[in-house]
Amino acid sequence: MEKTFVHPYMPNSVPEIKKQMLDELRVKDIREIYESIIPQDLLYKERLNLPEPICSEYELKKHVTGILNKNISTEEYTSFLGAGCYKHQVPAICDEVNTRGEFLTAYCGDTYSDHGKMQAIFEYTSMMGELLDADVVSYTTYDAGQSVCSSFRMAVRIHSAAGRERSVILVPASMNPDIYSQADAYCRNVARLEKVAYVPKTGLMNLEELEKKLKRGDVAAVFYENPSYLGFFEEQAEEIARLTHQYGAICIAQPQVSSLGIIESPMNLGADIVCGDIQPLGMHLQYGGGQAGFIASHQKLEYMEQFPTYMYGIAKTDKEDTYGWGRAMNYRCSHGSREKANEYFGTETGLWGITAGVYLASMGPQGMYELGETIMQNLQYLIIRLNEIDGIKANPFGRSNFQEVLVDFNNSGKTVAEINRVLLERRIFGGKDLSKEFPQMGQCGLYCVSELTTQEEMDALVEALKEVVENGIL
Amino acid sequence: MGYYKQNRDFHEARWDEPFIMEMGNPGERGVLIPRASKEVREISGDVSELVPKGLRRKKAPVLPEVSQMQVLRHYMRLSQETIGTDLNIDIGLGTCTMKYSPKVHEQLVRTEKFQEIHPCQDESTVQGILEIMYKDAEYLKAISGMDKVSLQPAGGSQAIFANVQTIRAYFEDKGEGEQRNEIITTILSHPANPGTAATLGYKVITLYPDENGLPDIEALKTAVSRHTAALMITNPEDTGIYNDRIRQFVDIVHEAGGLCVYDQANLNGVFGLTRARDAGFDMCHYNLHKSFSSPHGCQGPGAGAQCVSEELARYVAAPTVEFDGDKYYLDYQRPDSIGKLRAFYGVPSVLIRAYAYIRSMGADGMKQIAELSILNNNYLIKKLLEIKGLSMPFARGRFRMEQARLSWQELTEETGVTTDDICRRIVDYGFQDYFTSHHPRVLPEPFTPEPVETYSKDDMDEYVAAFAAIAREAYTNPELVKGAPYKAALGARIDEECLTDWSRFATTWRAYRKL
Repeated sequence: MEKTFVHPYMPNSVPEIKKQMLDELRVKDIREIYESIIPQDLLYKERLNLPEPICSEYELKKHVTGILNKNISTEEYTSFLGAGCYKHQVPAICDEVNTRGEFLTAYCGDTYSDHGKMQAIFEYTSMMGELLDADVVSYTTYDAGQSVCSSFRMAVRIHSAAGRERSVILVPASMNPDIYSQADAYCRNVARLEKVAYVPKTGLMNLEELEKKLKRGDVAAVFYENPSYLGFFEEQAEEIARLTHQYGAICIAQPQVSSLGIIESPMNLGADIVCGDIQPLGMHLQYGGGQAGFIASHQKLEYMEQFPTYMYGIAKTDKEDTYGWGRAMNYRCSHGSREKANEYFGTETGLWGITAGVYLASMGPQGMYELGETIMQNLQYLIIRLNEIDGIKANPFGRSNFQEVLVDFNNSGKTVAEINRVLLERRIFGGKDLSKEFPQMGQCGLYCVSELTTQEEMDALVEALKEVVENGIL
Repeated sequence: MGYYKQNRDFHEARWDEPFIMEMGNPGERGVLIPRASKEVREISGDVSELVPKGLRRKKAPVLPEVSQMQVLRHYMRLSQETIGTDLNIDIGLGTCTMKYSPKVHEQLVRTEKFQEIHPCQDESTVQGILEIMYKDAEYLKAISGMDKVSLQPAGGSQAIFANVQTIRAYFEDKGEGEQRNEIITTILSHPANPGTAATLGYKVITLYPDENGLPDIEALKTAVSRHTAALMITNPEDTGIYNDRIRQFVDIVHEAGGLCVYDQANLNGVFGLTRARDAGFDMCHYNLHKSFSSPHGCQGPGAGAQCVSEELARYVAAPTVEFDGDKYYLDYQRPDSIGKLRAFYGVPSVLIRAYAYIRSMGADGMKQIAELSILNNNYLIKKLLEIKGLSMPFARGRFRMEQARLSWQELTEETGVTTDDICRRIVDYGFQDYFTSHHPRVLPEPFTPEPVETYSKDDMDEYVAAFAAIAREAYTNPELVKGAPYKAALGARIDEECLTDWSRFATTWRAYRKL
């Protein structure tokens, strides 16, 4: 039985109003309208199999909140999870700005009506430009993975526009496996990804192998993460860029934005394209929903032409000291030239760009320095404390790390899964289990801290692990 | 009662804000962060010892140094210079489905029980969000008639991309990957269709409208061959004309061995009235930030849903969310899957809102959305077409679905005022500018309104009155319209060449200063 009702989101569900509008159209029933244009055999005659509506806001809220309350959040348990999604302090004004109805519900209005949005986005790209020491910064992409994918294809296009046939992308064997598989599928018809091994002892890229591959002359780009997915710095960044350029390839790097207050931008270490994620800059964890990517380069035409996303350009006006903005050179995007575009493009993550702008404006250079410093100090403390435990080796490569560290449980006689189960009982989310992503490493976990991680929380983790590993409590 | 303002003395906020980069003074702080404890610092040692030498940042980033109140005030002002759906009768952004985004949904997603959960947490600790994702997929199966749904796409275009990846995987499995290298679409389907197809290396064949404004079926018959991988089509297209031969289109492509993909980014006019699967389509996709009410957020984050038939179920993006009768879990055991599209599992905040939306509507509410958006649209068209100089090309006298492409051609010919001029002028009346058309503009001087079900009759009457007033201006004082806007946030006209000449183009303040 169909039950229509006056719905608060549908003013014209009021029968009298509906009738006025129908009269205007000289029809008796809405059905007459659509039955005149949709063939009978395509009309769905049944009632959609959906639950009956929850009519009041209170009941809806109670229902949905009831489901969400089954989750346990990182505010309730201590989390040592990272792996591409990071819990940081989110300044209250980030939430305040991105929940403003004006920003929250705006879309693709342009230069004059959405002037404030345009300025906020340009300020975001401008501040990212400072953080990255890059002159060109794109509109936000879906996530780091998308920015890596597009950076790879940009490199191939830059070569091909110059008449060079180069289609191999060299990537570190230790790279983020999800992003690797994303990029592999995304680039398959134009490029081939090839892994460069790491030196088993140090975890760093094997430069001899890199050079051997570069010598073939078919390499379009060399990619590295800094820090690596496994948390340690690629200390040979400059040398990788030098070799890459020596053999005519393009150097692409993915830095961790939260490190850039103390760590040099890859742009200043020879990288040509820099890409990554801005989730750490003011986005809550949101079960992985706060990711948003960026792509940046030097102000070189052959690079700029290959960006596949919107770019917001600044424009002078007829009034001094007043500027406007517009989405520019849209022929690069599928919105502008359909199949002739560089790549496809769609609605991505504009609100997170604006939020990251608020974050960077609030943090300033000192905040970003202190952020990097605090994370490194906390992580170093955790490494030292974990290595007090027999059977556990934190930072087995012995490198310098940022935010995350590999913890080797192979000598503990226990699996990471077993250990994490016990930690969970103690209200701790242990580090990410890497045994499936990197089976060659056996039982390793990826532990993450941030400026929010307290000494007490790290001490509690160490105590719990001591009991599990040394006393065999399972 | 039923009153609407016809002489609204509107002026958008105009703060003429400086750049954040130029505000504040050295030493000012916008926020402080937690620091490592004394003991941690002592044990860890000096940070300069921890950072490898070659990687130490030599020059601090030149970020603003501004106190908190001043940062907030700056962004509040910028927000006031932005016109979201919360503020205006946002009928103009046709194809974008600018419906009301319920505020109760915003309260739902703000809970720490969602904001602060990490995607790598043990599944036992995220049963709530997994339940919502699972049920979303079940509901979308009912709405589309499809058999399998993946909620991983981070937006509508990425969902279309997932569908093209699925086409590729399907034909590669059949050993026809090389042979089937063409994708057919229509010029009035969304550009992401040819865009995604070309991204994956397909040759794109584009059908143009026939004299009735529908994609040319004869051209389709000529286009299909053993090379056809798929048809990717919208229905209704941007014109709002329902393609009543859609099943024939599907049959023609199926007979040639190709797949059929329905772009349902905008589902608003067909909720509960027709289903993609029932028209024979193998796949479709939804934009959950459009028909399912999530706010558009200055262009994202959105979310997409990839919906496919049983035959294609094994290819959808992994992981999917499954239920074993006892608990919800992420299923990675999908060897034929096109794999990962986006980090983690899509955009869960949008999935929560979509869930709440479906639950607050039910089957009849969903159908009512479609019915009222169709009624609104045809009412609006009727009223708009009373305006001199505005016409609706194609299929005269035929009802439209939820949107329509109109044309100011006559007005332009008679007054010299173009659709772009009117698009700027409408801002002076307190409305967001409007969507003209995707590129290329197949119809001259286009204007594409979409009065979704959340707009009232009074809203539409006010909207029409504003355009009627602008048309009168065009016929009496065209320079007034051409010089617009006057009351928008930006109070000066930009030098367009800064956006078309690479040598004057800058995407950052630092680059601009070097020009």
